[in-house]
Amino acid sequence: MTAKVTAKEVERVAELAHLELTAEEIPAMVHDLNAILDYVAELNELDTKGVAPLAQVSELKGAGGAAELREDAQIPSLDRAAVMPEAPESDGRFFKVPKVIER
Amino acid sequence: MTTADPSGTFVQKPKTIAALKEGIASGSVKAADLTASYYERIAAVNPQLNVYLSLTKERAVEQAARIDALAAKGDPLPALAGIPVGIKDVLVVKGAPATAGSKILKGYEPPYDATSVTKLEAAGAVLLGKINCDEFAMGSSNENSAYGPVRNPVDPERVPGGSSGGSAAAVAADMAVATLGTDTGGSIRQPASFCGVVGVLPTYGRVSRYGLIAFASSLDRVGPFAANVRDAATLLGVLAGHDTKDATSSPAPVEDYAAESDKGAEGLRIGVPAEYFSDGLDPEVRAAIEKGIEDLKAAGCTVKSISLPHTKYAIPTYYLVATAEASANLARFDGVRYGYRSAASENLAAMYKHSRDEGFGPEVKRRILLGTYALSAGYYDAYYLKAQQVRRLLAEEFLRAFTEVDAIVTPTSPVPPFKLGEKTGDPLAMYLADIYTVTASLAGICGVTVPCGSTSSGLPVGMQVLASHLRESTAFRVARAVEAAQK
Repeated sequence: MTAKVTAKEVERVAELAHLELTAEEIPAMVHDLNAILDYVAELNELDTKGVAPLAQVSELKGAGGAAELREDAQIPSLDRAAVMPEAPESDGRFFKVPKVIER
Repeated sequence: MTTADPSGTFVQKPKTIAALKEGIASGSVKAADLTASYYERIAAVNPQLNVYLSLTKERAVEQAARIDALAAKGDPLPALAGIPVGIKDVLVVKGAPATAGSKILKGYEPPYDATSVTKLEAAGAVLLGKINCDEFAMGSSNENSAYGPVRNPVDPERVPGGSSGGSAAAVAADMAVATLGTDTGGSIRQPASFCGVVGVLPTYGRVSRYGLIAFASSLDRVGPFAANVRDAATLLGVLAGHDTKDATSSPAPVEDYAAESDKGAEGLRIGVPAEYFSDGLDPEVRAAIEKGIEDLKAAGCTVKSISLPHTKYAIPTYYLVATAEASANLARFDGVRYGYRSAASENLAAMYKHSRDEGFGPEVKRRILLGTYALSAGYYDAYYLKAQQVRRLLAEEFLRAFTEVDAIVTPTSPVPPFKLGEKTGDPLAMYLADIYTVTASLAGICGVTVPCGSTSSGLPVGMQVLASHLRESTAFRVARAVEAAQK
């Protein structure tokens, strides 16, 4: 957990997250991520062997989590005519995006 | 209405919901006039405080007319009839710009209402407009908004807290009688403390999140701000309840929180955890909270020291869980379906990257990167899984404590409101501002911030009252007792 993040790794993670960092942003992110990761390394002090991960608190006893799934029925969703105009580019039926495949 | 109170700040206490409703029912107050007076107040002080990002005047005027017509007929009025409210701009209001404090949603006008917004309006509330916040609710000072920081009405050189800083400032400056905020790691409770108002963190799942622009889905909650505890309880009564549009919303019955809050705090067992009164706590904040604890004893509570030894692991746990979930949630902002698309989009991959790079601010990028890193191959077990294991230890520790006490009281923030720019250079220092609030976020329990004294220079101090899952009524009863002892 004490692994130091390098500029190369920041670039790789940025790629995964579809972010393009500028040359000035990269060293700042390397610095900040290392500072934060050093801090979170404190968790290593705790022995968590055998502790089940808690992803959602609703599963705890008495926390009021949903008792049953809703009925599997068709319910109308938002009207396409109201949704499509919010897109940067659309023909009213489909979202338009730049070319995906070069040929 | 005046533009500033006699002490030279922007602080002005709104009338209570009960008083306004009585006025509207008797005809001595017209909802239309009340609405107009709030828009005047907003016009007068918004240029200095930067609270509202957009106004929903047409809708407000229509709703006020509807309420006045109801009152004129002598019909029974709903719980929030004519009450002017503001909405944090991470919740969607049909047809009103939704920014989430970010440039990436520029131009987006959602075609639907959040459930919390629908419920407020159905209860008669008048929606004034959308309120500034940290970008995607990520921040503890409101300085991460792409639309400029909100200023604290108590002292405009200081931050109002975050991320719901605008929602807290609006109530403190009487730019709304009540507001909606959201809390992922402290974003309702900490700004309530900084602005001297009441803020409610409902139990996870108590209030629907349909129509909330998600930050960290296992933590995000919607809750109200008000000028007093009873009004906050009234608002929660309107907002709470199951929603078929939010699968995480709880089917547990909703209590009459306002009536429950009238029952007094006598006989309640209060726990004071030593870990929340350690070295980093400002001495003036400590003194104010200790006085509040004495007030609770005088109100008939029994107070005992307790220990929550995992507290120090809460910030690292929170920042791993929250950033991992944020990196997934914020993947939807890609320039395709809504909001901003970069002009430099020669192909699809470039469009995603440029739109996101130009649209997101630095803190959002930092958290997306941290979250993506923590979830990436080779690091998942060491970071994300480990954090979820510690999360269980933190939650179980609270549940054990609540077998011995009914409520836990702590300072909401280790420090009084700080100055603009004071912490912006150091992300980690900013994260530590949430040290007393992230624990309840991770455990899913409920809480209330209630004003509890002030520093010698007049800055507000807030007490955090925590109660177990679905025990909001208990938290309100304790908060009412603290409030009653204030001058």
